[in-house]
Amino acid sequence: MIRRHLPFATVAVIALVAAPLLLEPFRLGLLAKYLCYAIVALGIGLAWGQGGMLTLGQGVFFGLGGYSMAMYLKLAEGGGLPDFMVWSGVEELPALWVPFANPVFALGMAVLGPVALALVLGTLVFRQRVRGAYFAILTQALAAAMVILLVGQQGLTGGTNGMTNFFELFGQDLAEDSTQRGLYLVVAGVLGVLYLATRQLVQSRYGRLLVAVRDGEDRVRFLGYDPALVKTVTFAASAGMAGLAGALFVPVVGIISPALLGVVPSLELVVAVAVGGRHALAGAVLGAVVMGYAKTALSEQFAGGWLYLQGALFILVMTLAPKGVVGLAGRLRRARTT
Amino acid sequence: MLELRDVHVVFDGFRALDGVDLTVPEGELRFLIGPNGAGKTTLIDVITGLTRPTAGSVRFGGHDLVGRKEHRIVRLGVGRTFQTSVVFEELTVVENLDLAASFRRPLWSLARRRRGVSEAVAEALARTGLEELAERSAGVLSHGQRQWLEIGMLLAQRPRLLLLDEPVAGMSGDERERTGELLTQIAADHTVIVVEHDMEFLRRHASTVTVLHEGKVLVEGSVEQVSADPRVQEVYLGRRSTDAVGNRP
Amino acid sequence: MPAFLNQLPIGLSIGAVLLLIALGLTFTFGQMGVINMAHGEFIMAGAYTAFLLGDLLAALPVAFLVAGVMGLVLERAAIRHFYRRPLDTLLLTWGVSLVLQQLARDLFGAPNVQVPAPSWLAGGVGILPYNRLFIMGLAVAGVVAVWVYLTRTKLGRRTQAVVQNRQLAATSGIDTGRVDMLTFFIGSGLAGVAGVALTLIGPVGPALGTYYIVDAFLVVVAGGLGQLRGAVLAAIALGLLNSYAEFWSDASLAKVIVFAVVIAFLQVRPQGLFVLRSRVLT
Repeated sequence: MIRRHLPFATVAVIALVAAPLLLEPFRLGLLAKYLCYAIVALGIGLAWGQGGMLTLGQGVFFGLGGYSMAMYLKLAEGGGLPDFMVWSGVEELPALWVPFANPVFALGMAVLGPVALALVLGTLVFRQRVRGAYFAILTQALAAAMVILLVGQQGLTGGTNGMTNFFELFGQDLAEDSTQRGLYLVVAGVLGVLYLATRQLVQSRYGRLLVAVRDGEDRVRFLGYDPALVKTVTFAASAGMAGLAGALFVPVVGIISPALLGVVPSLELVVAVAVGGRHALAGAVLGAVVMGYAKTALSEQFAGGWLYLQGALFILVMTLAPKGVVGLAGRLRRARTT
Repeated sequence: MLELRDVHVVFDGFRALDGVDLTVPEGELRFLIGPNGAGKTTLIDVITGLTRPTAGSVRFGGHDLVGRKEHRIVRLGVGRTFQTSVVFEELTVVENLDLAASFRRPLWSLARRRRGVSEAVAEALARTGLEELAERSAGVLSHGQRQWLEIGMLLAQRPRLLLLDEPVAGMSGDERERTGELLTQIAADHTVIVVEHDMEFLRRHASTVTVLHEGKVLVEGSVEQVSADPRVQEVYLGRRSTDAVGNRP
Repeated sequence: MPAFLNQLPIGLSIGAVLLLIALGLTFTFGQMGVINMAHGEFIMAGAYTAFLLGDLLAALPVAFLVAGVMGLVLERAAIRHFYRRPLDTLLLTWGVSLVLQQLARDLFGAPNVQVPAPSWLAGGVGILPYNRLFIMGLAVAGVVAVWVYLTRTKLGRRTQAVVQNRQLAATSGIDTGRVDMLTFFIGSGLAGVAGVALTLIGPVGPALGTYYIVDAFLVVVAGGLGQLRGAVLAAIALGLLNSYAEFWSDASLAKVIVFAVVIAFLQVRPQGLFVLRSRVLT
């Protein structure tokens, strides 16, 4: 029992105690951002790694969560219309925006909005036994459509620039180090709780069923289960995680824009999961943090080089280590023991 | 218990089933035989909802099965195996069986971890003799063991009607022997339909046999009646021999 | 009314471009179970070929060759190890696509470039501008060529055999490796031609392919795998739908509408317009 929880406990202590003490505020903020991505990655690990649903549209759910939160933050500032609406000549607060002044509604929508969208999409798609690559393509098309919609609805969404300039969250000044440290702890805590919950789910009967659906959907039907239901529920759970991550991302990073949730960012997170190891939840989380860090570190120094590196890394991982770093580590361990 | 009336299946103009009537009463062990392409597997597919019949009715225990989704038919108590066994290789033997046994639980209750082995799973393990391998992953099983695991999964489902599609295909002599015993045991308290090519196996275990030919029921009766029937010898053996279905010595 | 009619050639020419792109995708997907995200970069390569040559007619065969060879190299070097693992190829080729886009940025610069249209394509007949007509003509020629290849040549019939049943084709003596190479070459080449066509209706940039690849995949989904008829109908339908959705709502909603229509269509035809029937339990 203790041995099983030791790795998690160690990481949790480092993340919750050591990191806030040791890292300067700027670095801690970056880490908080990576942990937001890790929450999305956890959902991808569940849907793709366990359930075999390659979702290339997690950015959409992330965005729904992020925009919900951003709308609340904009309205919580007070002082009339949000700045970008004034710039684009909107005179009255759009009806869509009104309920988002309520933080409970905004946070609820950040999670339930993506869940609802995933439930509808999953039901329509999985009931018709549309799956595998088809599903991947459809989710990608959704991400592409979402970006164009957000960019086009300037007066509602802030267009290409999205929304930025947030000043306070629940009365706390977002520029303060203490607020950012608190936010970091919230993000880390949410990730930890979601990780434990997802791991519990994966190890339960439901998790076994999910793996069975991944490996033989048609056979599962003859065991008396409805694979479409299992997949839809799982897809919705992963969408909810992405939505929550988006809502946390906005106060941490201070911006939400279409560029953060389109086809490319959605794929980048899938890449991160693949690099970390798609079949292990820890691999997904690790991949998101490491790739997030690598992107910051390398794209600062050589912008073009990062793309080459990312592309090359990806080709290498897919050809040499399709199970990612975690899979590679497992292979090494086995090689040593035998 | 199972009643098929005038069932037709057409694939792109090819008549896979051409007006099949079939009645299987509760508790019977029925064998389905026929040359390749006679429609045996298609018949099983129709009963289990994998293939939708072009015309005709399929009734089971008072329920109409046509148009029902596969998992709903399973929930009514119809279970099947496949010619090529499909077990979940990443799961252990006991996990495979447990999955088969748990489908009546509501989905949310599956989120709990499995503790121990349920009665149905223990029984399936015992009947198939896979106890020793319970914690091994299904991927390492031999071909015969996989077939037994599939039959075990079927038993763990506790169905009222079992459909076995060529359960001894590709098995060694010993394995056939064991499968036969297993089948006899199962038939004692279940209704079973077996599709089988193997004549020796048929002679040893069959009670009632239905012969399919070109999508139609050709003959139905006991092994003796069927193998004595000249039409069966004609289509099944292609006039080559009168003895291959064989009367018991 | 004229505005309404004006959308027609726009929709048809978008459909024509989508068709040229989707032809390659539907066969590589149908035949090899490969999702090639780098296909979009073959479009881009074709467009830059036209930019470099500065001559439309000369660019067509050269772009076909350039993109075709790129596809061939990709198939031999990487993709052939990934057959029947569509999700893995999707991610692998996306890596390739990133590299190719960056390469284009380094070679040609990040800003878009304009390829001057030849003077003989200026003007038009009635509501049909010559440049759009030319694009439609290219697509028709592409479809006819593919159709002739598939039905009238020995290699083409072998290709069809491999699409329908790879194992059976292999056991009956067809060199599936060669057929795969050829399919990739032709499919990628057509994407290059599509790239040349695109220079007639817009500027060329390193990300050109990304604007069309998603829609082209939707054509494959809606048309059915490896189905020539399906690809033709779905491409025309999606092209028209795109242009009319933009016309009736606004540009930002058009893609959402297209997406919703495709999902709705899948409720009726989950496997696309045309399906290869098979009895195998997958």
